[in-house]
Amino acid sequence: MSDIKVVEGSEAVALAVKACRPHVISAYPISPQTHIVEGLAKMAADGDIDAEYVRVESEFSAASVLAGASAAGSRSYTASSSQGLLLMTEVLYASAGMRLPFVLTGVNRSISAPINIQVDHQDSMSLRDAGLIQFYVESVQEAYDMHLAAFKIAEDPDIMLPVMVCMDGWVLTHSYERVQFVDQKAVDDFLPPFAPEHYLDPATPKTWGSYAESDAMMEFKYAIHKAMSEGKPRIQEILNELSALTGRDNSGLIEAYRVDGAEIILVAIGSVTGTVKDAVDELRDAGKKVGLLKIRCYRPFPHEEIWQAVKNARVIAVMDASFSMGSEGSIGLDLKAKLFGRPQAPMVVDFVAGLR
Amino acid sequence: MKLKKGAVVEGGTSLNYKTGGWRDQRPEIDYELCNQCGKCREVCPDDAVRHNDDRYEIDYDFCKGCGICAYECKAEAIQILPEEK
Repeated sequence: MSDIKVVEGSEAVALAVKACRPHVISAYPISPQTHIVEGLAKMAADGDIDAEYVRVESEFSAASVLAGASAAGSRSYTASSSQGLLLMTEVLYASAGMRLPFVLTGVNRSISAPINIQVDHQDSMSLRDAGLIQFYVESVQEAYDMHLAAFKIAEDPDIMLPVMVCMDGWVLTHSYERVQFVDQKAVDDFLPPFAPEHYLDPATPKTWGSYAESDAMMEFKYAIHKAMSEGKPRIQEILNELSALTGRDNSGLIEAYRVDGAEIILVAIGSVTGTVKDAVDELRDAGKKVGLLKIRCYRPFPHEEIWQAVKNARVIAVMDASFSMGSEGSIGLDLKAKLFGRPQAPMVVDFVAGLR
Repeated sequence: MKLKKGAVVEGGTSLNYKTGGWRDQRPEIDYELCNQCGKCREVCPDDAVRHNDDRYEIDYDFCKGCGICAYECKAEAIQILPEEK
């Protein structure tokens, strides 16, 4: 039914992307993302995937290739990190506006200056307002699983937005973990071919992202927000289907770990959540009422699910790995905004843990 | 308001949006000097120079008055004049 192998995180992602049968992959190397696109380059060179592999001269072009390919009706993919994601930013906003459903792996790495290549979330968080759906994963297995769902979510006719799967650089991309793979036939049944309503065709010329006057501009932007916020039930359904496909519980927009009866709930995203689960276990063994809220789907922000998980807690302690300079941590801000005014809402305490 | 997802519309719609109104200066061709080389049409970034009835003409519905045609015209047949309304 399915293989189990010990693979590097980047290879697991490359294999998930391969299983999704992309037509176009664009790539520009940057640590710690490079192994993903190297893996895909080898597959393309060896004829293991039937994809156009486009080596570009910058991340701006990598994203632009995806935009064009996606508009032409191609399932498209790239990966980047840090400065690379920032260089893509203009195109990513435009792509969300043009409702182009490609998939991007955001391998988290800090942003210069000072220059550093270790993990924090400042890079992907600076894209949180772009109109991309964002997931953050805890393990290599979850990275593999979420990439299978990413294309299906992106291409859903009611959603039609780029999806970004964020995974911590090094900690996940360069770790070897046991990964259970889903066989190709099952992936094909889960993920139908990409069949967009509109696609570029010289026989019937069309314009994407045509000019909008001020009366329509806000409506178009609202449509992105609506596709996300009203798309949550559909994302949930697809994650349920993913769980059935993988045999693992990938179903939650959040994961509430030992929150029952918890007075203090730690909140985190990404690979650190695995460590926090161990810490929660130790604290629970020591009689402390502590739990963990892991946010898997960050945009759209699952505030109702979060409220249900935290409403009986006294304090929420957020471990933010990104910071809005002049204000405070990104997730702390989201939680304060969305919990403010709710009856007996827990206090939100924001810690910046790991800008490195 | 009915919006098309991604603002996807049929091609050629920029013809419906006349950008000539942005112009604050206008090129004028002196046909005594024009040698019909066609350079103005080649260099116009808005494709606002047309070849009609054996002569080049500015399409003022779309000319934004950038002046590239006048700068490039070797015969010095294009003058840039202030736009007056």
